[in-house]
Amino acid sequence: MGGLQKKKYESGSATNYITRNKARKKLQLHLADFRRLCILKGIYPHEPKHKKKVNKGSTAPRTFYLLKDIRFLLHEPIVGKFREYKTFVRKLRKAYGKAEWTGVARLRDNKPSYKLDHIVKERYPTFIDAVRDVDDALSMCFLFSTFARTGKCHVQTIQLCRRLTVEWMNYVITSRSLRKVFISIKGIYYQADVLGQTITWLVPYQFAHDHPTDVDYRVMATFTELYTTLMGFVNFRLYQTLNITYPPKLDNQSEAGLKAEFEEDYAMDSESYLEKLSALSASLARVVNTAEEEETQLDHFPTEGEDVADVEAREKEQREQDAQRNLFEGLKFYLNREVPRESLAFVIRCFGGQVSWDKSLCIGNTYDVTDETITHHIVDRPNIDKQYINRYYIQPQWVYDSINGKIKLPVEDYFLGVSLPPHLSPFVEEKDGDYVPPEKLKLMALQRGEKPEADEEDDDEDDDEDDEDEEEEEEEMDEEEAEEESSLKKIEQQRGQGKMPSVKVTPGALNKYEDKKRTDLEEKAEEKRLAIMMMKKKEKYLYDKIMFGKKRKVREANKLTAKRKSHDDASKSEKKKKAKKQ
Amino acid sequence: MPAPKTEQKPEDTMSIAKKETTKRKNTEEDHDQLPIFDGQDGPAIERDNDDDLSDSEESVFSGLEDSGSDSDDKDEEDDDLKEDDEVSSNECLDVDADGMKSSDGETDANKSEPTKILMKKNKNKTKKEKEKTDTAEDGVEGKKANREIGLTPLPRTDEYDEDTSDEEDIRNTVGNIPMEWYKDYPHIGYDLDGKKIFKPIRNKDELDEFLDKMENPDYWRTVHDKTTGSDIRLSDEQVDLVHRLQRGQFGDVNFNEYEPAVDFFTCETMIHPVTNRPMDKRSFIPSLLDKEKVSKMVHAIKMGWIKPRKPKDTTPQYYDLWAKEDPNAILGRHKMHVPAPKTRLPGHEESYNPPPEYLLSEEEKLAWEQQDPEDRKLNFLPQKYPCLRAVPSFSRFIHERFERCLDLYLCPRQRKMRVNVNPEDLIPKLPKPRDLQPFPTTQSLVYRGHTSLVRCISVSPTGQWLVSGSDDGTVRFWEVNTARCMKTIEASGPIKSVAWSPNPAVCLVAVAFTETVVLMNPGLGDRLIASATDQLISAYEEPEEAREQPVQWATAEGKEHEQGYRLVLTHPKAVRQVTWHGKGDYLASVMPDNTNNMQVLIHQVSKRRTQNPFSRNKGQVQCVAFHPLRPFFFVATQRFVRVYNLIKQEMAKKLAANCKWISSMAIHPGGDNVICGSYDSRLTWFDLDLSTKPYKVLRHHKKALRGVAYHRSYPLFASASDDGTVIVCHGMVYNDLLQNPLIVPVKVLKGHAITHDLGVLDVVFHPTQPWVFSSGADGTVRLFT
Repeated sequence: MGGLQKKKYESGSATNYITRNKARKKLQLHLADFRRLCILKGIYPHEPKHKKKVNKGSTAPRTFYLLKDIRFLLHEPIVGKFREYKTFVRKLRKAYGKAEWTGVARLRDNKPSYKLDHIVKERYPTFIDAVRDVDDALSMCFLFSTFARTGKCHVQTIQLCRRLTVEWMNYVITSRSLRKVFISIKGIYYQADVLGQTITWLVPYQFAHDHPTDVDYRVMATFTELYTTLMGFVNFRLYQTLNITYPPKLDNQSEAGLKAEFEEDYAMDSESYLEKLSALSASLARVVNTAEEEETQLDHFPTEGEDVADVEAREKEQREQDAQRNLFEGLKFYLNREVPRESLAFVIRCFGGQVSWDKSLCIGNTYDVTDETITHHIVDRPNIDKQYINRYYIQPQWVYDSINGKIKLPVEDYFLGVSLPPHLSPFVEEKDGDYVPPEKLKLMALQRGEKPEADEEDDDEDDDEDDEDEEEEEEEMDEEEAEEESSLKKIEQQRGQGKMPSVKVTPGALNKYEDKKRTDLEEKAEEKRLAIMMMKKKEKYLYDKIMFGKKRKVREANKLTAKRKSHDDASKSEKKKKAKKQ
Repeated sequence: MPAPKTEQKPEDTMSIAKKETTKRKNTEEDHDQLPIFDGQDGPAIERDNDDDLSDSEESVFSGLEDSGSDSDDKDEEDDDLKEDDEVSSNECLDVDADGMKSSDGETDANKSEPTKILMKKNKNKTKKEKEKTDTAEDGVEGKKANREIGLTPLPRTDEYDEDTSDEEDIRNTVGNIPMEWYKDYPHIGYDLDGKKIFKPIRNKDELDEFLDKMENPDYWRTVHDKTTGSDIRLSDEQVDLVHRLQRGQFGDVNFNEYEPAVDFFTCETMIHPVTNRPMDKRSFIPSLLDKEKVSKMVHAIKMGWIKPRKPKDTTPQYYDLWAKEDPNAILGRHKMHVPAPKTRLPGHEESYNPPPEYLLSEEEKLAWEQQDPEDRKLNFLPQKYPCLRAVPSFSRFIHERFERCLDLYLCPRQRKMRVNVNPEDLIPKLPKPRDLQPFPTTQSLVYRGHTSLVRCISVSPTGQWLVSGSDDGTVRFWEVNTARCMKTIEASGPIKSVAWSPNPAVCLVAVAFTETVVLMNPGLGDRLIASATDQLISAYEEPEEAREQPVQWATAEGKEHEQGYRLVLTHPKAVRQVTWHGKGDYLASVMPDNTNNMQVLIHQVSKRRTQNPFSRNKGQVQCVAFHPLRPFFFVATQRFVRVYNLIKQEMAKKLAANCKWISSMAIHPGGDNVICGSYDSRLTWFDLDLSTKPYKVLRHHKKALRGVAYHRSYPLFASASDDGTVIVCHGMVYNDLLQNPLIVPVKVLKGHAITHDLGVLDVVFHPTQPWVFSSGADGTVRLFT
């Protein structure tokens, strides 16, 4: 009936997407610059629903961007800066080639630079958005701050990262927002609660990195460029919310204390100041000098929808949090020189403890070993020569475990030379059916306020048994269905195969109650099985998948339990052997 | 600038006269100097020297070297006229002298000429060395020309006219043309006066050439000159020269290539200046112009017009970026934005001191190492360290961060809806089996006796008797209620099919084994009926004209009759299945054979007639069935069920079973529904009113289906399978055409043991009770009630 024939791929999804190469051409950028732009602007590829339609009938693997995204990039002023930089590099190279050193110097002076402020603002229109996304930025900054100044990236970047991370740590200390710490084999995970956002970051151990060759440092550097900008603004704002001056300044008193001793060690004032800040031992100066933080009483406005129980639960949570915040209040720690100073100082200060270390270890120690008021001395070696009586000598794991447990754990398990109890991840939240290591159960018992029994041996065994019992119970709960089925199967089989017994009539007895229950169960299971048979193919597939996942979970939990049991048995028998020998 | 050597001075500044005298003295010594070059260079050098005198010393030194050669040539021409005779004639004379020596006095006239050869200084030679090598080839040609000069006596008067090197060879004025143009003329060109130069009178022919070659000892050094048409004999020197050039050596024998090099300038610093020129005044008086400029700048600086460039502050400035958060800044794209998922939080196994159960055992470690890095569940090996200080740095830390970066900018993001369904909700809600009773639930009787697998069973229309046929070649008759074997009849092969005649008025059982179908009268139950049956069979009268029949009908006699055989139908091929029509008069037998159209035969017992209803082969027939009410006939081939109208003799329907290989088929007593069992473990339910496609495909069994059956009165159907189970389903068919049949599985009956991968082979319902019989490969028949 007339009308032009519609051409293919001129409307619909084919026009909404653009391949990477086309996007690059549209923006007139090289791949490296395009990549940089995408990183900075947070543009990521999209997976179209109908790839073949978008790909104009071809099934070749291609990366697609949304056309809208690319159009959005077209207006970015930073693209112009990229081009300027390119010409700058060309000019510089030429000047070098001609050995025009004055020209080189002049060019270098006028090196084009760009700022990412507007991009940060654009990507994170509200502050909370920025805080929410600060995880990766923190991890990256912490990584870069540990780089040696060997030319993998600019020294300024490393310094800037260091500065930003120190600022962040100082903020966390001042706001006491740290929640969880986990020492993993990769590094130390910290989790803080900043303005209601849970932020987790990973700090590598303080060792030199052996830089891998298959890593593109340009990509990392571009990310760092953005992240440092973001972190700076976030820090600024966070400091503002706490009424602390930014850039951070040390408290008057502490600064005065520090100044006298260490000034001569550092050539540059700025350098020593950063060091002092990174010592994390002194509190920061505030804009308005309020004498003490008043504890704000949480007013609650009961609304209709809320339950009393709900409100209570919230209050309880709040109380718990407060308690955790002041976990180390009044304790005085002393760090021996072999423990990771920065991490421990940070963590202890976050929970209200006082911390110090040897004068020669780092700037910023506040008291000496000989101080009589020290309560905990953290040591990470099997033995120490000179011990003071009125303090605990403990291993560093105590601090971390206490924080995660939200209580001061008994110090006995963490004394010098004692083999440590396992360090559990605080991030795992076991749902019912998951495997719970016995240590976690013990910890939970402690949190509930149950005292472990005095006799250690007994306690251990009891615990173990308890644990096992519990586990078994759980498993039973879990596997109830499976077991039921299997038992039913057995019964049926028995009945089916049960050869007709020798003909003999016995007086009939009434079915017991249990039997009836049993038959009821049987019937239900049978019903279910039959219903499953009638399921549609699609639903059956889904059902099978879900059940498979559940079963696998159970299997894994069982495996872990079995492993633990065998390990415990082995260790017990070993112990017995030792005892016999003695 | 290195100071020039002073040694050269005295020689260069020497007076010409002096020089000439010394040169003349040296003439004799230098006579074997290369003549070719002398002609060009000699005068030039001399002229050089002349010019040098007029110039200042400095210019002499500065312009001394290579630059001079071109200008020399020009000078040559300009100064021609000024040159005195001696000098100008030198070149010819040199050659002459040469020629004179080489030709051993060939030309007497030249002998008398005074030979003047300019002495060349070694220094000059080195200067011109390059030039010489360049012009080496020209030199050879020039040499030839010179030789001719030597050969052909020229009048003395012409001597002065040809003193430049260009006009050297002008005995023939034709120029540089191919000489064959003069091939046909007696002359070969013109001399300077325009007179013809004639060719030598007698041209040498081949013979002369040959004779010459043979006889003339100098033939090898004789060269033909085209321009003059004469032969020239090369002198020893000339030959030597050619050889030297061929070897790449310098033409001049006396030339020493390895002479110690002499620098033009010394490397030592001279205490005296090169020139004695006093310093300019401007070099020690400050410039006014500069002064003016500087004072201007100073003034500008003083006034603050010029400021030094401020050092750039590279430290970034931070401020409150979100001071004014306006809601308008949140664009549509922010709503569309999919934030990157956070990294997964670590579990217990990542701890530096994990609980012992999280550590991998040796085998697990090995398995971990052998897995591809992408397939690994954990991207690290859990490890335990006794204390914190023993923990090393993680070697893949940077890698992991980098991978995270890549994920952030390279991974397509998509919001995925997680299916969060309770698996219980997926299970369909069906009526409870309890509400659908009655149906068989428990195994109540087992009929034992067969020694091999029981292929087929059938129940008598009254429901009192059961017949079963087995691979051990026996047919057994059982009483249903007591499981007693009433009768055992031996047959000559494994029993493929048994069927009790549905007519309650007769007592006949059709038994199929090998190629025969036997109609038996087991003689069970009512005596009257049994005898009536016998009578019915014996009352048959042969028709007058015997018709050709595909099978042979025979009446059993003697021992066979004793056993209960009544009629024996001998088929041409092995019979697989027999089935009765509802009335009990017609009987269909199946002989599966893909190559023949005779696969199904329909027998009429009362008339002992057999016919082959199909004229064409439509595939291997699996089983057949009569419609219980209407004259329809169902034929199941491997994949299709064809429904034929027996009266109209046409195909009414073709049902596609959606399965690979149909094994069995049953018709609902209402006649509108058909179920088919297939070897690919599917049961298909067709509603004939609905469609030719299956209404429902049930995949309840795990293995191939062997038999299916409908109950005659209850809404039940059963399927028997190789997995050893019989599944009883509630299959309610409603009279209302709008309502689809309701299918609910109600019971899985187990009991048969699986032998040789075969489970239950046949299933049959009791005609009146909700009971089901099943026969299995374990040699038993079981009754479920």
